[in-house]
Amino acid sequence: MSQLLVANNVSKHFGGLKAVDNVDMIINEGDIFGIIGPNGAGKTTFFNICSGVYKPTTGEITFDGHSLVGQKPEQIARLGMARTFQNIRLFKYMSVLENVFIGFQTKTRTGLADAILHTAAYKSDEQLIREEGLKVLDSLGLLPFKDTKAGNLSYGMQRKVEIARALALGPKLLLLDEPAAGMNQLEKQELMHFVIDLNKRGYTIALIEHDMRFVMNSCNRILVLNFGQKICEGTPEEVREDKGVNEAYFGKGLLVGRKGAAA
Amino acid sequence: MTQTLKAWFSDLPKAVRILIFGLGAVIILLIPRFLTSSYIMGIICRILLYITLAGSLNVINGYTGQFSIGHAGFFAVGCYTTAILSSNYAWDFWFTLPIAGILTAIIGLLVALPTFRMTGIYLSIVTLGFSEIIRLIALNWTGLTGGPLGIKGIPAPQFLGMNIRRAGDYYYIFLLFAVLFLLVTNRVLKSRIGRAWISIREDQQAAQSLGVELVKYKAMNFAYGAFWAGLAGAIYAPYINYVDSNTFTLDEGFNILSMAIIGGMGTLGGPVLGSFVVNILNELLRPVSAYRLVVYGLLIVVMMWIRPQGIIGASDSMLADDRTGADLLERLGLKKRRTA
Repeated sequence: MSQLLVANNVSKHFGGLKAVDNVDMIINEGDIFGIIGPNGAGKTTFFNICSGVYKPTTGEITFDGHSLVGQKPEQIARLGMARTFQNIRLFKYMSVLENVFIGFQTKTRTGLADAILHTAAYKSDEQLIREEGLKVLDSLGLLPFKDTKAGNLSYGMQRKVEIARALALGPKLLLLDEPAAGMNQLEKQELMHFVIDLNKRGYTIALIEHDMRFVMNSCNRILVLNFGQKICEGTPEEVREDKGVNEAYFGKGLLVGRKGAAA
Repeated sequence: MTQTLKAWFSDLPKAVRILIFGLGAVIILLIPRFLTSSYIMGIICRILLYITLAGSLNVINGYTGQFSIGHAGFFAVGCYTTAILSSNYAWDFWFTLPIAGILTAIIGLLVALPTFRMTGIYLSIVTLGFSEIIRLIALNWTGLTGGPLGIKGIPAPQFLGMNIRRAGDYYYIFLLFAVLFLLVTNRVLKSRIGRAWISIREDQQAAQSLGVELVKYKAMNFAYGAFWAGLAGAIYAPYINYVDSNTFTLDEGFNILSMAIIGGMGTLGGPVLGSFVVNILNELLRPVSAYRLVVYGLLIVVMMWIRPQGIIGASDSMLADDRTGADLLERLGLKKRRTA
């Protein structure tokens, strides 16, 4: 298994706040990699560094052999990393299919002259995005909604459309930022199976999630952050046993049943 | 309303549609034969000119959501290019056209450069400043532009050996370019490029995450809009026969902007309607000319209030989200904040 995304001593400071502090991470090809941590642990900041929204204060990130430091988000997308956002960022006034069309930006080449003269390049591009776009929607069961305005869909559906749009890039790595946020248990279950299914189809996935059951049951490796620092990285079993993780989530010495519980 | 009209039209049998199109085309082509009044033809020419001008501004403001208010500057560059080349260097009008368009597009690119890091009101101020710089250069570079005296007696273009002199003749040139602009722009907007522009308007960060190259597309967008404004200017020069820098004040920039806003940004039809409405209003308000701008100002405020996307503006875009206008009014205390 080869290493796909490698973060080395990555830090991001906002003034005096160390949002991400010296974090290392390795995502291998074929992983479902979970990033967990309490609120404000720096998970999304870390994601944003990986996808080029922020420049790291220090440290080095390589993706598929390319250094990502100083690369713009669109360049990183072109290298094959696609992402979704914590607060869904769909083009909500466009139809579902049009949303997916934008995802094919990196795979098409139409220039200004092609568009004006309707050259062969334009026609083949349009055909490609229509065919492939419908295929992507079909594979996610979104075909019946292709002409619906994205903003009019239910929350869970919008999440799916955002993933569909990201898949249109044909990414080597798919970053999902809290995909299950705001979903009920049933929707979460469904999403989890969907993510596992995507992984089986060959996509490497990294996801941030608060829901423990979701992460423990879907991810094969997990990184735990707290106050910007890495406290643990390993398999779900290792993370479950880790003392630092338990402290981060439940606090120190306050567990019921220990001394002073009667008082 | 436009939707139902479109649906109604596409439901008609093909023969009827062709007939309606043909009839419409014939009527449009014969207009100068019926309307011999040069006053009326003048107004119609202005309307056609501003379809291209407001339309090209709309490509920038309405489709990538950048907010340029310096379109008079691009208009001026095209106008002066043709005026200088054809009067000082005796170039043929038709050869000056592409030069005017391309030069303006290059200047559009230059303006776009510092604007990549800017959005909203900051970008608007840069374009405003640029427009004034162009006007001041035109006013002061006497050797090239004739300075405050301007350039007089710009030679009339020739077409098949005929001199194009009357408004009724210019009508065809203005019409040709307005139609060309609409057809070409329609194609661009329905391609990968147009979709990239619109995605930037709708959500810049999401667009970037999907590989839309922000700088490239914003620059291309600015250059494209500038190109057509340059062409419009190039045709305007021989039409008006005389250019001076007073034509290209900020008022002119706001005039073009008001057409795009009133008609509706983010649709091709919007600026067309805006050009009709504003130009006709312009004539109707001639008796109270001193208050004309007041009326425009009020009209824009009211539009922003009740219909921020313009008369036939895109209901399927960010622009229809009444944030654009309502936010401004809320800040000015003219409208109560909605509690959602």
